[in-house]
Amino acid sequence: MECQFGLSGNGYVLLAASTTAVRSIVKMKHDQDNIKVLGPQLIMSYSGEPGDTIQFAEYIERNIRLYQIRNFHALRPSSAASWLRRQLADSLRSRNPYAVNILLGGYDNATSKPHLYWMDYLGTLTNQPYAAQGYGSYFVLSLLDRYHNPEASLEEGLETLRRCIDEVEKRLVVSQGKYIVKVVDKDGVRVIEL
Amino acid sequence: MARRYDSRTTIFSPEGRLYQIEYAMEAISHAGTVLGILAKDGVVLAAEKKVTGKLLDLSGAKEGGYGGSGEKIFLLNSNVIAGVAGITADANSLINYARTAAQRHLFSYNEDIPVEQLAQRLCDLKQGYTQFGDPSGNYSGWKATCIGANNGTAQSLLKQEYKDDITVEDAIGLAIRVMSKTMDSTTLGSEKLEFAVLTLDKKNEQPRPKIFKPAEIDALLAKHGLGKKDEDTEMRTA
Repeated sequence: MECQFGLSGNGYVLLAASTTAVRSIVKMKHDQDNIKVLGPQLIMSYSGEPGDTIQFAEYIERNIRLYQIRNFHALRPSSAASWLRRQLADSLRSRNPYAVNILLGGYDNATSKPHLYWMDYLGTLTNQPYAAQGYGSYFVLSLLDRYHNPEASLEEGLETLRRCIDEVEKRLVVSQGKYIVKVVDKDGVRVIEL
Repeated sequence: MARRYDSRTTIFSPEGRLYQIEYAMEAISHAGTVLGILAKDGVVLAAEKKVTGKLLDLSGAKEGGYGGSGEKIFLLNSNVIAGVAGITADANSLINYARTAAQRHLFSYNEDIPVEQLAQRLCDLKQGYTQFGDPSGNYSGWKATCIGANNGTAQSLLKQEYKDDITVEDAIGLAIRVMSKTMDSTTLGSEKLEFAVLTLDKKNEQPRPKIFKPAEIDALLAKHGLGKKDEDTEMRTA
């Protein structure tokens, strides 16, 4: 029932993920952070099979960090996305694949451009101006299609994000509770209170 | 009695020297000269070919090929060129290793391998061979440097003439001047020289490596007034 979406604007990428952890009919948690900070200017939100999600996200987090320690510079968003896809694609072809969907947001200092990548558990990778996963995506994608503006300021981007969250709250049978929102831009990564 | 101490890389002489290591370094300083210059808009490599002669079949080198004429300057990846001095067989093995490493990076990250990372991979491999004995396998970045025969002369010439904001055009001229002064032969020609330039392609913002073909090297030498006269041409290719 989890829901996550992301959108890029003028010099930034926003990622939002629901914080409710559900098992069967029970809400187990309402403050789960499903957005990992992978580097100085790279964030990743994840959803899918409980257990797989955390296991895979931590594996990715540690290995991206290892690359940075070894080579003194962080991977660029496009390279990180390619590597991430390879990990998921190799996992898919193993005996026990990870079932994890991912949104990857990053800011490339070399080109001064924000990047947002959508990836599903089958290892499909696409570069998108906005993206969504989970049941919420059925309501949110059309909204983003109407309201997304690649030149929008951070305030305008957050306004669009609020619109999305409100729509999911209004239409989806299950309430998603609170969302965690993180932004990545030229200054790095920050948590944003909506 | 030197034989007692120079049979292996792991045996120190009473004076604390490792003869095998010193022999290897000495061997490299007899190899053909290779020099590199970093310009503000590119990199220039020049090398002296040692294996020449009337009977050597150079038909493969005429077109330049994928990796140059194949003796001293090689294309390692679409963004990296390399010059080698030392034992040819060892060089070939390292070049093969570097090309594989570069392709592996491209496969994993969908980007060209950063040059320093590739240098590190090579040095990690080389260091492995010195793990038991004298630790070695260092690398450093240079604005201009030289390996092989007469590298001392070449480096002092480079030190005198190098300027921080040198352009690729000037670096090419400098490379040719230094080569002409350090090489044994009196006249320079494409059968004795290899040449390569790495610049950034303005159109697609991608690195553009260029390994010169023999005819292009002769044209370059003529342009800098160092080409040989027609009468002393050993071999003329149509």
